[in-house]
Amino acid sequence: MSLAENSTVQDSTGMEYLDKPLRRWVTLYVPLACFLFVLLFPFYWMAMTSFKSNEELVSKAANPFWIVRPTLAHFERLLFKTEYPQWMWNTILISVVATAVSLAASVFAAYAIERLRYRGSKQVGLAIFLAYLVPPSILFIPLAAIVFQLGLFDTRWALILTYPTFLIPFCTWLLMGYFRTIPYELEECALIDGATRWQVLTKIVLPLAVPGLISAGIFAFTLSWNEFIYALTFISSSENKTVPVGVITELVEGDVYHWGALMAGALLGSLPVAILYSFFVEHYVSGMTGAVKE
Amino acid sequence: MHRLLDNRNVLGVLFMLPAGALLLVFLTYPLGLGTWLGFTDAKIGRPGEWIGAENFTYLFGDSVARLSLFNTFFYTIVASILKFALGLWLALLLNKNLPFKAFLRAIVLLPFIVPTALSAIAFWWMYDSQFSVISWTLTKMGVIDGYIDFLGEPWLARFSTIAANVWRGVPFVAITLLAGLQTVPPSLYEAASLDGATEWQKFWYVTLPMLTPIIAVVMTFSVLFTFTDFQLIYVLTRGGPLNATHLMATLSFQRAIPGGALGEGAALATSMVPFLLAAILFSYFGLQRRAWQQGGTDK
Repeated sequence: MSLAENSTVQDSTGMEYLDKPLRRWVTLYVPLACFLFVLLFPFYWMAMTSFKSNEELVSKAANPFWIVRPTLAHFERLLFKTEYPQWMWNTILISVVATAVSLAASVFAAYAIERLRYRGSKQVGLAIFLAYLVPPSILFIPLAAIVFQLGLFDTRWALILTYPTFLIPFCTWLLMGYFRTIPYELEECALIDGATRWQVLTKIVLPLAVPGLISAGIFAFTLSWNEFIYALTFISSSENKTVPVGVITELVEGDVYHWGALMAGALLGSLPVAILYSFFVEHYVSGMTGAVKE
Repeated sequence: MHRLLDNRNVLGVLFMLPAGALLLVFLTYPLGLGTWLGFTDAKIGRPGEWIGAENFTYLFGDSVARLSLFNTFFYTIVASILKFALGLWLALLLNKNLPFKAFLRAIVLLPFIVPTALSAIAFWWMYDSQFSVISWTLTKMGVIDGYIDFLGEPWLARFSTIAANVWRGVPFVAITLLAGLQTVPPSLYEAASLDGATEWQKFWYVTLPMLTPIIAVVMTFSVLFTFTDFQLIYVLTRGGPLNATHLMATLSFQRAIPGGALGEGAALATSMVPFLLAAILFSYFGLQRRAWQQGGTDK
């Protein structure tokens, strides 16, 4: 794998001297710059808007791309006059617990499917993959009925218990692929030495699977953080809402849009996942690409 | 006891228990319940009676539901084609020899990782009928006279929501295809070069065939999640103007939760399942890995 990558790099440097600089600009740098501009502009715009005063926001004379007098008024309003801090806390709590629960359940499931090879494990593996393809928008109505029956409606538990429906299939699928790369001989040696399955799992497999666990955990955390339709359906009171739902449903009051506060809320709500992502880019990417490979 | 724990079947069941229980209660059961609800007249706070296919015949005669079916198809097809074309292009660009390659790849993925609901608000603001920055720029450049009401006209709104969806989806397609591109053996390109292949021929006869399996998987995911998209539309238009952007998912939410007609909403949601199955089967049988891609011969 690494050998192949190395030779790709050598190959591309080897062939690209044939490209004339002008041609390289037109076919590579200019399109790439356009892509980056379009992909990043909404974030720039989010940040610009959240630091602008209301007068500047509605002024058509001023250049909208720059701020004349930056202000923190929108953030102040958001943090002290709305329940935003509470939504943030809810989102963190729900995402962390749902991720931890799903990851723990997935480790056992993936190990059982991939290594214990019990009767019917192949079919269960396929079922897990199919479960991954079930979209939340066809599940939210019956789930709302179930959540209501269980008396969990409008509690954080409703989300903590329903998020694993998309987290477990994803994490299990990813970890199955990861466990497959750990040599079976290591486990056999330990078993011969008299280790129990539990010891094999905790002392041999899990330490070797740490990168996979990080990938699955980071990805699951961002998935829970970004979840919208369940949080919108199962939560009704403001103090239990998550950031995406709170911003959409509580900050929009009638026809007067507080664009500054909305953008500040969007910016603050995006920052935690963006920061987490920036620390674990490689794990995140390998989680994402690992999940779509067979 | 110890003996029992050594049996792989017993241990297997034990290990599967937490994941299995959660998935059975909150995934399998709701799937069945949702289908059943579709055949009842359940309302919020009132368990439904079996009414057969009445919901489905009603929805079939309902012009808004038919429009939402059209919208869903239009949205999915146009957005998926754009995401595929732009995503593949971006992947090919990123696969070239570039300075700061890892950094570029990291920031390209940003639209995909931030919460869609929150980035959708940024689009909502950029599409604003009075203060849109896009309109401002175009007026200053002298391209248009008045401000564009991006979300106010049916067709404009359709394309505006598609643009926002493509913006979010392109990074996912690009980064996964990039991972696929990096596994194509360079020797194939060398052989093609020796045979005198042009850049275009290398792309068409080497890159694309080698990439087909991963394209199939990525696009299946992309199509599934575009077809059942909810939050982008909910934030940007709530289905308006004149139901022009209502997708089946948003309409089913509107009918079931604010409208209270759980049965009708569930029937709408259930109607999406056959289309999803068709997409999965199409990609599985139509585009799956061919034997010759692994060095064998085609049957």
